[in-house]
Amino acid sequence: MSRIDAPAASRMQTIARNPVMLALVMTLAVAGCASKKNLPNDAAGLGLGAGAATPGSQQDFTVNVGDRIFFDTDSSSIRADAQATLARQAQWLAKYPNYAITIEGHADERGTREYNLALGARRAAATREFLAGQGVPANRMRTISYGKEKPVAVCDDISCWSQNRRAVTVLGGAGS
Amino acid sequence: MLRRNFLRLVTLMFAGALFAAPANAVVEIDINKGNVEPLPIAVTDFLQGELAQKISDVVAADLKRSGLFAPIDKGAFIEKIANPDAAPRFEDWKVINAQALVIGRVTQEGDGRLKAEFRLWDTFAGQQMLGQQFYTQPENWRRVAHIIADAIYERITGEKGYFDTRIVYVAESGPKNARKRQLAIMDQDGFNARALTNSNDIVLTPRFSPNRQEITYMSFENQQPRVYLLQLETGQREVVGNFPGMTFAPRFSPDGQRVIMSLQQEGNANIYTMDLRSRTTTRLTNTNAIDTSPSYSPDGARVVFESDRGGKQQLYVMGADGSGQTRISFGDGSYSTPVWSPRGDLIAFTKQSGGKFSIGVMKPDGSGERILTTGFHNEGPTWAPNGRVLMFFRQNAGAGGPQLYSIDLTGYNEQQIQTQGFASDPAWSPLME
Repeated sequence: MSRIDAPAASRMQTIARNPVMLALVMTLAVAGCASKKNLPNDAAGLGLGAGAATPGSQQDFTVNVGDRIFFDTDSSSIRADAQATLARQAQWLAKYPNYAITIEGHADERGTREYNLALGARRAAATREFLAGQGVPANRMRTISYGKEKPVAVCDDISCWSQNRRAVTVLGGAGS
Repeated sequence: MLRRNFLRLVTLMFAGALFAAPANAVVEIDINKGNVEPLPIAVTDFLQGELAQKISDVVAADLKRSGLFAPIDKGAFIEKIANPDAAPRFEDWKVINAQALVIGRVTQEGDGRLKAEFRLWDTFAGQQMLGQQFYTQPENWRRVAHIIADAIYERITGEKGYFDTRIVYVAESGPKNARKRQLAIMDQDGFNARALTNSNDIVLTPRFSPNRQEITYMSFENQQPRVYLLQLETGQREVVGNFPGMTFAPRFSPDGQRVIMSLQQEGNANIYTMDLRSRTTTRLTNTNAIDTSPSYSPDGARVVFESDRGGKQQLYVMGADGSGQTRISFGDGSYSTPVWSPRGDLIAFTKQSGGKFSIGVMKPDGSGERILTTGFHNEGPTWAPNGRVLMFFRQNAGAGGPQLYSIDLTGYNEQQIQTQGFASDPAWSPLME
């Protein structure tokens, strides 16, 4: 067994050095304040013109491509609307090969904690499999599940739950 | 840290009688009856001073919260106890219908230790039921009170108490979409709460080892969701095993030698154990489903878990080696988070049906399902060590976060446990031996 002794401070430094991570955090924060239902996968939700994003930037990916897809309750099937989004993601990633990605799988809160961790992982895996089928190399992709622990929409009805059943493609630094 | 031998228990004798013989006692509670009428009990202020009174207040609060006792308002007391060594005036207590009477005294020894003594009287039989004294450090005064309450509970109900126990849980703070989570520990009545972790990593599902010295839990440290061990006394943490993916849903085996958990690989979760001494891992399930939330039977021979192998989440029981996997839940809806009772007779679970989340129990063969509480969201039961009380977390619609609740096995006596902020994932400790 390995001993853990990494101090929390080093994590903060890692985040501070990584502008992509910071940008993502800020994007989510803006969405959370503006509305509890709209998510930053369209330009209107952010109050940004589509043309504002620099091609190849994080903002370009989030605003013009769409960084997330949604799932039906208890399902990890990639819906038709999600297939279109993932196809755009694959094209964009082919055009900008320096990015590695982390696919985050999430669940809504209408399930128990441990099952939702597995369900989020299942959604992330299905998303990765679809992107691989679209030609994204496996060594550029990693997955993580957050279960129901990181909702973006916080109301207690279906309008929020449907927004939280998602897989989010997060751009990392230079790909390996 | 509290050590096992910090208390010395001495049986107090009164008038030559050690204990009243159980056959002579008229004061008893049959807690198998369901909604029992609470037993009227008079808990007098222990003599002498503020700390003594605080100890008797905690004793009364424990007994009251159990739902089995009704402490009588002190304003109604007729006799003022001046000498705890003398027999009380039983008539004075019978007339206010105090069927049991608790009298005590707390003094400080020359070496600074506290000496706490109490006697439990059966007022209608006119007999002492119990007399004990304890020595401890003054900072352990709440523990002494809980131990006295346990002794009274056990003497009158015939069941082990659960007041000298702790809860490990997840303390939640901040908005729902940026929640901070810390492992925390507190006494079962919500006092003496303290954080065990302080980082921005998500931490989930803490559970006690059988000797109460370790916690196994899940953490997202370094963006690597894994099962960890935490030594309570030293704060030392370790990853459990070297698995190629997310590990989650950990629990100890009853002998404390293994951790059972799920390993996620691609879309599937299967159940594994890791032996903490040899570090060997054993795979127990092998399906293309989500197999998780494993919990051992108290004899260690069987494991209950949840699986969606049949479509929805349902409960299954298997041998501890993975043999004979058998579905036991067949009601409407889905079943998850099974936890085997410390008595072995029941399995508690979360049930989702009709848009509601319930806490319920069933026998290990799946028969006798009973729902204890239903609402917008109830999840994650944990058993008190005597198998009579369950704790779980509840989030009401619009509440913003979860809170901890306890409920009797009978479905009565639901109580909120006061925590500083939101709280979830409670796990009850075993009793200290």
